[in-house]
Amino acid sequence: MRITCPCCGERGLDEFSYRGDATLSRPAGDPPLPGAGAEAWAEYVYLRDNPSGPHRELWYHGAGCRSWLVVTRNTRTHEILDTERAVNVVRATRKDAEA
Amino acid sequence: MRTDRYSIVSLLRETVRGHTGWKPAWRDAAPAARYDVIIVGGGGHGLATAFYLASRYGIRNVAVVEKGWIGGGNVGRNTTIVRSNYLLPGNVPFYEQSMKLWEGLEQDINYNAMVSQRGVLNLFHSDAQRNAYVRRGNAMRLHGVDAELLDAGTVRRKLPFLNFDDARFPILGGLLQPRGGTVRHDAVAWGYARAADRLGVDIIQNCEVTGFLTEGGRVTGVETTRGPIGAGKVGLACAGNSSRVASMAGLRLPIESHVLQAFVSEGLKPFIDCVVTFGAGHFYISQSDKGGLVFGGDIDGYNSYAQRGNMPVIEDVCEGGMALMPRIGRVRLLRHWGGLMDMSMDGSPIIDRTPRDGLYLNAGWCYGGFKATPASGLCFAHLLARDEPHAVATAYRLDRFARGAVIDEKGMGAQPNLH
Ligand SMILES: Cc1cc2nc3c(=O)[nH]c(=O)nc-3n(C[C@H](O)[C@H](O)[C@H](O)COP(=O)(O)OP(=O)(O)OC[C@H]3O[C@@H](n4cnc5c(N)ncnc54)[C@H](O)[C@@H]3O)c2cc1C
Ligand SMILES: [Zn+2]
Repeated sequence: MRITCPCCGERGLDEFSYRGDATLSRPAGDPPLPGAGAEAWAEYVYLRDNPSGPHRELWYHGAGCRSWLVVTRNTRTHEILDTERAVNVVRATRKDAEA
Repeated sequence: MRTDRYSIVSLLRETVRGHTGWKPAWRDAAPAARYDVIIVGGGGHGLATAFYLASRYGIRNVAVVEKGWIGGGNVGRNTTIVRSNYLLPGNVPFYEQSMKLWEGLEQDINYNAMVSQRGVLNLFHSDAQRNAYVRRGNAMRLHGVDAELLDAGTVRRKLPFLNFDDARFPILGGLLQPRGGTVRHDAVAWGYARAADRLGVDIIQNCEVTGFLTEGGRVTGVETTRGPIGAGKVGLACAGNSSRVASMAGLRLPIESHVLQAFVSEGLKPFIDCVVTFGAGHFYISQSDKGGLVFGGDIDGYNSYAQRGNMPVIEDVCEGGMALMPRIGRVRLLRHWGGLMDMSMDGSPIIDRTPRDGLYLNAGWCYGGFKATPASGLCFAHLLARDEPHAVATAYRLDRFARGAVIDEKGMGAQPNLH
């Protein structure tokens, strides 16, 4: 498995570290404890879709450009379907939210 | 129910007959319309559950439904190490229960599983690591588990060929669990399958569960590639596929699936007589009775359902091996493979009811579930039969994450690729 970093090109796996599911979003606001909201936090911290197939996930190019990447990868075959810089993904979602 | 037992008499009889009279070890069962209990997943845990349901809880109208063949999952892919050298109160009694069951297993199931209590030795390389192992050893002894702290001299007499004087990671000693060791993994699957079959359990291979039958929210059976099968209760023991199967019942689990690789070398004369783990990197090794070195290290670290891994971990494992045991440098690798780990968020397992009535869960075994096989089977059978957790598995609740009652043996937090 090799990852094509948008900044650095195709690189070996040992240059990257893995952070997991990129589709999780942190619940808004402070954790109100106990009570409402606690459930959303538990879900965010502990529960995962863990799909068998395409998975959007965060990788960090620590031994390269030090970008966080959102990689779409098939967990059944390890085929990499798409790689984007995480910062661009976040900007695009913010724009969608504002529009 | 069949009664033909394996014994010295049956062996002699078959020797005389030229081994023409052996029968298949279990029936090739076709699914019936309904069972009291269906276990999904014919790995070690599913088969052990069926065996204990039938032998200890008197529930014999049971099916084990397996999508592939018995022994094709992790139960036939692991590195065969069994031990009960745990630290936390939720874990120690459970794994010690498992160790005690291993000690009587071959009599219980009338099958030679090659249980070999050759000892598990965890090496330490710094004062801080020694302190941590002293603490672990004391926790074990307080729970009645055997543990011995060895100094460097004792380790050197036992395994003279280790790299003791490495400049960065000198070997200062080790924590030994003498009752730990190895068990032939395939034999565990086959032995439980045969023993359960003899008690009337149907083992249904090549039958994948594709959904659940429900009635008013209650799970009342499974949809399979061989048609629907009704059940009083359904227990999931799907290891690396737990999330996938649970999602068919609308559940999201605190689990990620990861790949762990293992390696076997060409056969060598016996020279390693216990299981050894390197404390300064992730590497562990034992020698099989055929002479092959069986070794492994860390999981690859990314979600995977592929049952194969990548080069960086292979390099890392080999580097660990060379740092610990330079003499294996010219040994040739015979085989290597990967298996799917159900990595839970705190590194500990789940044996519990689920929010869906009639559906029970056994999952989250990470890369240490082989040693747990007998106790996992016993406790899951207890839960299915009595609807309450077994005394040694009360901590393994599904809601412990939301309650903040995690059992984080490694102290890593909710980061499954680090457990
Ligand atoms: C390389 C490697 C080394 C390991 N080393 C050790 C070790 O030294 N010591 C230790 O204690 N543990 C070790 N483990 C971990 C241990 O093997 C597992 O935790 C344990 O085997 C999991 O339980 P199981 O045997 O029931 O799993 P499995 O044998 O994987 O059983 C699960 C079964 O469920 C079936 N299944 C899945 N989905 C479906 C479906 N939809 N329908 C029907 N059936 C389905 C699968 O086909 C599979 O057969 C290791 C694992 C690996 C991969
Ligand atoms: Zn880069």
